[in-house]
Amino acid sequence: MFRSVDEVAARLAEAGYLASPAVATTVFLADRLGKPLLVEGPAGVGKTELAKAVAEVAGARLVRLQCYEGVDESRALYEWNHAKQLLRISAGRDESWDETRTDIFSEEFLLPRPLLTAIRGDDPKVLLIDETDKADVEVEGLLLEILSDFQVTVPELGTITATRRPFVVLTSNASRELSEALRRRCLFLHIGFPDEELERRIVRLKVPGLSQALAESVVRVVGALREMELRKVPSVAETIDWARTLLALGADTLDETVVRDTLGVLLKHQDDILRAAAKLDLDAV
Amino acid sequence: MTAVGVAERLTGLVGALRAHGLRIGTGETVDAAQAMEALGFADRELLREGLAATLLHGTAQRPVFDPVFDLYFPRGVGAPQGQPTNREDLRDRLAAALTANDRAQMGQLAAEAVDGFGGYGNSPTSDGWSSHQTLEWLRPQTLLARVRTSIRAQGGNAGFTDRLLEDEIRQRIEGFRRQVAAEARRRVAERRGRDEIARRAVAPTADRVDFLFAGRAQLAELRRAVQPLARKLATRLAARRRRASRGTIDLRRTLRGSLSTGGVPMRPVLRRRRPVRPELVLLCDVSGSVSGFSDFTMLLVQALHDQFSKVRVFAFVNRLDEVTPLLTHGTADPEGLGTRIRDEATLTGWHGSSDYGVALGEFAERYGDAVGPRTTVFVLGDARTNMSDPNLPAVRHIAQRARRVYWLNPEQRSQWGTGDSAAPDYAELVEMHECRNAQQLSALVGRLLPI
Ligand SMILES: Nc1ncnc2c1ncn2[C@@H]1O[C@H](COP(=O)(O)OP(=O)(O)OP(=O)(O)O)[C@@H](O)[C@H]1O
Ligand SMILES: [Mg+2]
Repeated sequence: MFRSVDEVAARLAEAGYLASPAVATTVFLADRLGKPLLVEGPAGVGKTELAKAVAEVAGARLVRLQCYEGVDESRALYEWNHAKQLLRISAGRDESWDETRTDIFSEEFLLPRPLLTAIRGDDPKVLLIDETDKADVEVEGLLLEILSDFQVTVPELGTITATRRPFVVLTSNASRELSEALRRRCLFLHIGFPDEELERRIVRLKVPGLSQALAESVVRVVGALREMELRKVPSVAETIDWARTLLALGADTLDETVVRDTLGVLLKHQDDILRAAAKLDLDAV
Repeated sequence: MTAVGVAERLTGLVGALRAHGLRIGTGETVDAAQAMEALGFADRELLREGLAATLLHGTAQRPVFDPVFDLYFPRGVGAPQGQPTNREDLRDRLAAALTANDRAQMGQLAAEAVDGFGGYGNSPTSDGWSSHQTLEWLRPQTLLARVRTSIRAQGGNAGFTDRLLEDEIRQRIEGFRRQVAAEARRRVAERRGRDEIARRAVAPTADRVDFLFAGRAQLAELRRAVQPLARKLATRLAARRRRASRGTIDLRRTLRGSLSTGGVPMRPVLRRRRPVRPELVLLCDVSGSVSGFSDFTMLLVQALHDQFSKVRVFAFVNRLDEVTPLLTHGTADPEGLGTRIRDEATLTGWHGSSDYGVALGEFAERYGDAVGPRTTVFVLGDARTNMSDPNLPAVRHIAQRARRVYWLNPEQRSQWGTGDSAAPDYAELVEMHECRNAQQLSALVGRLLPI
């Protein structure tokens, strides 16, 4: 898919994603070695966005499995369309039960879910398994099976094997430790907070009207907040929100009043706001 | 590099990482070799990222990986190019690099500084390169004011963000110090063999640093790990709770439900756990020797407090006092917690060293009602009684009233009972566990915390 790491970075940038060298290198290798990519990092650093950008660059369809507590095989893999099966049975054509049974367990009555969708068909796909850490351990076993062989066995239909393997991205906030076995299947990428220069470029890309000087100040203040011991430090998503807010307020430089009035966009906990205000020498909020 | 050289480099790197406790299999090593082939050697930073992507499985491993990588794939070989420099010239150029925030130039200067001023000894067996000596001589921290002035003079830093400038410069200087340390390690490794240096001179991951020997920076890093660790443990507790509530069938309700199906128990009714959550009491030795351990554990328990119906925390040195309220408000200022506890609570009588016997006796006497059949008690400390009476009856008394009592001891098990340690005596009465680092602590907490 890519000839070099530079090409990865350049094409992702065209799709609106500015990749650090670590991100570009790892995406390049995931493609070359044909391995799934496990992306970990704090909320709002662009993990999901990366998968979307890769799909766009590859001209691939994005198939997304959003994980949550309680997600199960019937949500992740496939399910039989019971309602349709019942209709078919009660329509009761003139045939034996065996014939009916063969018929209702055919592809027509199958509801493919993301994991099955991702391995069927010949078109290129990116499979995004988002927030893997939210799913229960049992689902991890399922993922492990699929990521090893890229095949799924449906007892009534037989085994479906991918003719074209999808590019797989798993994301995790590390709220739960993923199993060693799953990690071993994947290339590992940690996305942390970007360095100043990269974050400035992201802000200017996402918030076009913002001046270079204000973008620089915004990124520096966010950087200072990340050095404080807060319950939740601001991520890239918050930096972008803050920049948008400042633009909407028509602020062209930062001053105490505007920072104080908008700190709530960056920090979500009241005690974080108080603490940051004190450290930044803002008057009482 | 020759093909053999490359393979050897890679196996050396993998061996050193394994020696630091990273689990790396053959599969990963093969992937890493393929990554090297695909990336080539032209760009060292890409190689670094490629090897990290193939060999590592988690974020916590990265601080070990980077210095080890620097040894096996060094920035250069031998001494830096150029003429030897004098101190003032080097400081001038460093000030300029700090002003421009030019990392590459700072790296170059680190190499020159170590080469010019970091060497010591004059026999091949004992000499080496010292980052400490280099930094003592160069004193980069004293450039702060100068760099600040020159950044201000360039303009563009007026207004609100000026207040951030000093901290930013400090971080740049801190970065330079790390570059000097890396360079000194590289030079030593050239002389003594990188395998040895990679094992000895690279610090372990923060969660494997002994609480008793952790420095300030490492303790700060641990404090930052409290919230993520707490989240991880909370999910583990939730899973244990789910497992515990699953499986037990409520016979009475199953039979009652079966009346509608003609007495055939069609649908087993699972017993719902009582919604009451357990209570926790923490008794923490916060005397100097073990305070790093206690502070960390208190913060962790506080972060987990909504898992319990009640958490009470007591601190002691040779007197004991309740510090629960200090802790509740302490999450906003974790680094100040220890100081506040020692300032605001009454923890010492007429001398300053730990006395477990008196403190435990005081607890049993004054706060006995804090412990009941639903309470799990954790005692945190090294059980070093300074030769005074361990007061075993007090511990026996607490153990009788509580649901469980666990003692977490930050000392290596082999040290228990040596000198003034009363650990073996206490361990006969309550379950005592060795708990030397954050890794052991999180495993223990995940396993022992009541659900
Ligand atoms: N390198 C980047 N280039 C372009 N946009 C970025 C980059 N990093 C982050 N963003 C922007 O930051 C925002 C948050 O990204 P995203 O939702 O992908 O984060 P996430 O890591 O998936 O977070 P979560 O863990 O909460 O799901 C998006 O609006 C995205 O466009
Ligand atoms: Mg996301």
